Amino acid sequence: MGKLNTYRAGADEGGHFGIFGGRFVAETLMPLILEVEQAYARYKDDPEFLDELNYYLKHYVGRPSPLYFAQRLTEHLGGAKIYMKRDELNHTGAHKINSTMGQILLAKRMGKPRIIAETGAGQHGVATATVCALFGLQCVVYMGETDVKRQSPNVFRMKLLGAEVVPVTSGTGTLKDAMNEALRDWVANVDNTYYLIGTVAGPHPYPTMVRDFQCVIGNEVREQLHEAEGRLPDSLVACIGGGSNAMGLFHPFLDDDSVKIIGVEAAGHGLETGEHCASLTGGRPGVLHGNRTYLLQTDDGQIKDGHSISAGLDYPGIGPEHSWLHETGRVDYVSVTDKEALDAFQLCTRLEGIIPALEPSHAVAHVEKIAPDLPTDHLLVMNMCGRGDKDVFAVAEHLGVEL
Amino acid sequence: MSVETRITRRFAALKEEGRSGLITFVTAGDPDYDTAAEILNGLAEAGADLIELGMPFSDPMADGPAIQVSSQRALRAGQTLKKTLKMVRDYRARDADTPIILMGYYNPIYIYGVDEFLSDAVEAGVDGLIMVDLPPEEESELCLPAIEAGVNFIYLTAPTTTEKRLPRVLENASGFVYYVSITGITGTRSATSADIRPHVDRIRAHTDLPIAVGFGITTPDQAADIAGIADAAVVGSAVVKVITDNLDENGRAKPGLAGKVHDFVRSLADGVRGA
Repeated sequence: MGKLNTYRAGADEGGHFGIFGGRFVAETLMPLILEVEQAYARYKDDPEFLDELNYYLKHYVGRPSPLYFAQRLTEHLGGAKIYMKRDELNHTGAHKINSTMGQILLAKRMGKPRIIAETGAGQHGVATATVCALFGLQCVVYMGETDVKRQSPNVFRMKLLGAEVVPVTSGTGTLKDAMNEALRDWVANVDNTYYLIGTVAGPHPYPTMVRDFQCVIGNEVREQLHEAEGRLPDSLVACIGGGSNAMGLFHPFLDDDSVKIIGVEAAGHGLETGEHCASLTGGRPGVLHGNRTYLLQTDDGQIKDGHSISAGLDYPGIGPEHSWLHETGRVDYVSVTDKEALDAFQLCTRLEGIIPALEPSHAVAHVEKIAPDLPTDHLLVMNMCGRGDKDVFAVAEHLGVEL
Repeated sequence: MSVETRITRRFAALKEEGRSGLITFVTAGDPDYDTAAEILNGLAEAGADLIELGMPFSDPMADGPAIQVSSQRALRAGQTLKKTLKMVRDYRARDADTPIILMGYYNPIYIYGVDEFLSDAVEAGVDGLIMVDLPPEEESELCLPAIEAGVNFIYLTAPTTTEKRLPRVLENASGFVYYVSITGITGTRSATSADIRPHVDRIRAHTDLPIAVGFGITTPDQAADIAGIADAAVVGSAVVKVITDNLDENGRAKPGLAGKVHDFVRSLADGVRGA
């Protein structure tokens, strides 16, 4: 494929990024999706909407999040100068709230009193329950029963925030089934319900809308790094499940040719074992949850379960724009195993005093691999998209520590 | 636009007879290939005028619990899209007239390859397709190629489909129009015929195609009610439930399962024919 004038123009009118994206949903939902699209088109550049969003991002979420020079990690690795975008310092402890805040303000304007969401690690569920509490809206969160067990602190947080958490046992009881169940709920409650999707996936306009709300990450990085170093970064690294934190960091830099961009998927037990969540490296294009994208699937087109130590990366698909960026070659996608992530989790904690979530631990692990071979004036920014408090029990178990 | 198929011929014949039709849904390969074939083979004789055969999918987003577990059973028993087409091909050797419509989700067909699938489907004797996750916005994927191949593409319309949107949905519809009578997933709740009638009338004002009504029709009486206002009643989850109720503790078919399904279909057919 020849070089494009811009990588930032998508999605097109039908919600496509190249062949990816689209609106593969039941007719019952189609009018609702068009309604969301119209509402988003109406408000996304509306000064009053943006003022309100920026007010809450600043005073409630705590933006801008710092861009932190990780000096000890840099010295330890002995190469690239490593910066961390500290989105784990946001209220609720992850980047998810950037998008839930934007979407809840949209849902309010659409007059929808009931909010539904799917969640894997529980971070999106907590972020959704939080904004629902803030604005006094009813909240129902669908969560695979496997995840309910391994993320119990987040389940309790959601309940404290007033959300109803519905454990999903259908299918294989994981994030993909939680998304199926949320779609089933939406179809049955079309009049009063807004589906607040947590990542850059789903039918158009969700991949574009969630990306736009998450772009605050990359936009801040551009400004903050300019202030600190007077120039653009040389490379960006972020972990990818559905891919919303990565898209938020990457998108504002897609047209800056000098910036190398790397997405890190979860290789689970290793790509060769088949037990992983690396949709781009180990899957192929298919259609699920309203969009065409890379999916883990069988030769018969049945969706396979992913595996990752990190519940937040445990999804057999990826946002359609990532699939497109993969095929155009603009972004490099690599993968990191459970074990490498677990090691990076400990290294980051000990060296920087930052307990990362298992999701960005994958990004840290990749930084460990590449930083030593890069020159010391190479500016590398990784997205610390979530904090690891929610993971300490799971990590203890993996390390064989009894609490 | 209208291609003549077994579907159009069957609806013409029903009109001639002055009655509405019964469409029954079963999942191909549920609970296993042989039992499913036995069920399929007796449906027409039990009174099904058209047959919807579900192509099982791992993530049936628009289906309720009954059809979800039915799909899972079929997949666990090793059903694939290739086997589903074989089932149709074998059926056609016994019955050249009863229309067969494949219903399901797009991904297995996309992976099979649209052109190869359509050519194999036509060769097997498939008459129509109902694709849950292909609205008119995605018609270039399968709808237009299907019409080109001589296969009817049946569109779903819902209570949420507005008057303004309806012509768009019907633009490339063929065979019949499937009105989804509730906002919700299959087999979970029912609408009353008083709710349904205005929607059917609304669709009829836009098209000459026959109109079938489905989702939430579970009893012979309900089927009879629907037959009174639409050209056909579709029963799916309730038929599949008969399969679920006749499995042993290991999930295998009890002896006589197919007969039980046929008995239930017969009672539905009596309802529809008595309307």
